[in-house]
Amino acid sequence: MMRVLPWVYLAAAFVFIYLPVGTLVLFSFQDGRLPVPPFNGPSLRWYGDVLGDARLMAALVNSVGVAFVSSTIAVTLGFLAAYGLARHHLPGSALVRGLLIAPLTVSYLIVGLGLLIVLTQTGFGLSLVTAGIGHVVINLPLAFAIIYAAMGAQQQNAERAARDLGATEARVILLVTVPMLAPAIGAAFFLSMTFSWDEFIIAFLLTRFDVTLPVEIWSLLRSGLSPRLNAIGSLVFLISVAFVLLLELLILRKRK
Amino acid sequence: MIATGQRAKGWGFVAPALIWTLAFFIVPFIVMGAMSLATLDGRNLIWGVSFDNYASLAERRFLWRAIVVSLEITVTVTVVSVLLAYPLAWIIAFNVPARWQRLALLLAILPFWTSYVVRSYAWLLVLAREGVVNQTLMTIGLIAEPLTLANTRFATVTGFVHFFVMLLTLTIYANLVQLSPNYRRAAQDLGANAFQTFRHVILPLTLPGIVTGAFLTFVLCIGDYVTPQILGGNTELTVPQVIMVQLGRRADFPLAAALAIVLMGIVTLAYLAAARWLRLDRL
Repeated sequence: MMRVLPWVYLAAAFVFIYLPVGTLVLFSFQDGRLPVPPFNGPSLRWYGDVLGDARLMAALVNSVGVAFVSSTIAVTLGFLAAYGLARHHLPGSALVRGLLIAPLTVSYLIVGLGLLIVLTQTGFGLSLVTAGIGHVVINLPLAFAIIYAAMGAQQQNAERAARDLGATEARVILLVTVPMLAPAIGAAFFLSMTFSWDEFIIAFLLTRFDVTLPVEIWSLLRSGLSPRLNAIGSLVFLISVAFVLLLELLILRKRK
Repeated sequence: MIATGQRAKGWGFVAPALIWTLAFFIVPFIVMGAMSLATLDGRNLIWGVSFDNYASLAERRFLWRAIVVSLEITVTVTVVSVLLAYPLAWIIAFNVPARWQRLALLLAILPFWTSYVVRSYAWLLVLAREGVVNQTLMTIGLIAEPLTLANTRFATVTGFVHFFVMLLTLTIYANLVQLSPNYRRAAQDLGANAFQTFRHVILPLTLPGIVTGAFLTFVLCIGDYVTPQILGGNTELTVPQVIMVQLGRRADFPLAAALAIVLMGIVTLAYLAAARWLRLDRL
């Protein structure tokens, strides 16, 4: 009895964890108008429907674009700040680190609300750019923390050697520091991509006409349960999982 | 000389990130604070120092009610999630063979990466009147009529617990595998039974991991708008939902800002309560 109990619990936990995603994916193949039992199918018609929907596909492209650009900015700024703080002794560096990490402690809703208030008060229009700015705010602390934690003495020795051999600081950074920190930089980038690409509340508050995919899905939700929503939801999940698996395979494995 | 030059160069590297954070996080935050002290005259915004928005929290019942609802949901979710996640993390750490642990953990938290919107919709699907749960229960004859599961607080809590069980399993697992097996052996050598070992040795040692995970749960749960909006129905509103209502219909930014500040105040109180055990740097 006591020997089976842990495995029963493990199985029950996995059923609970996979119940929503499993239902979502299964009924995305439903051949009918309602994504509820009994299951008829499998049918790919809803995927065809979703892939042929210009609005959804435009939103998908917007999401990937915002995620790519905002992650690139977040990782670049995060890397430069980590390098500056780790390699140069700066007064008040604890305060600076605290400031850079601060957005992590505040909920996305409040980050978005603050930006929304400033943008509307200054008459700045809402667009994909403003949503991207918000995504950099939430991902910069993460990128900075990951890269800063990875900066150690062994890179510093290699940097010093390169400098003694006459390399300029820019060359040292590009040819020594960045390659040595590639796993951390990659992890920061993929994590930022994962967070930005399906982020909802900031994108909802800070976009207007062109929207990202989660915002478009949100407006479809008003019409209730539909296999179309299952199909697009399954695609979103699949792409997120692809980011995570890439992160796991490319970066975390190498560290061992 | 050299030191000052180096220092200026160092600031040059830090400046872009610092300016970004100041311009798009700190400044908006200060403006939001000022906004919470402004008032609305019809549709005109009047800047000033007025505490009317905060006073209205006590005067207008639905605002006060939202704070209570948010706290009730968040505390329930945090407690239930810890109670469900601890055994799961334990089983993965001590029952699953070492070579399968990484895979088991990866699988246990994979749906964590679904967006809030898609995950909440998926729960709506599961809990709907014609959904999987009701159909299964009716097929095996446990119930005759479908239960109302969606659009209730139960649905909100379920959606949240699902998400945070995965998060907490990760933080508690990380804590459990760091424990040296010697602690357990020593306790057993000294005559402690399994329960005593857990209660007096393992539990205190894993408390920082539990509290850190519970704090994250609290912060993310109380600030989320999507899950209660999709799963909770409109019978009761949480603070983030009331904030969004202010932004939409009435464009009452001052009241929305004041509610956001209150939300931050609650999180700060939770931080102070948990600070003794928090290990945020270890994440």
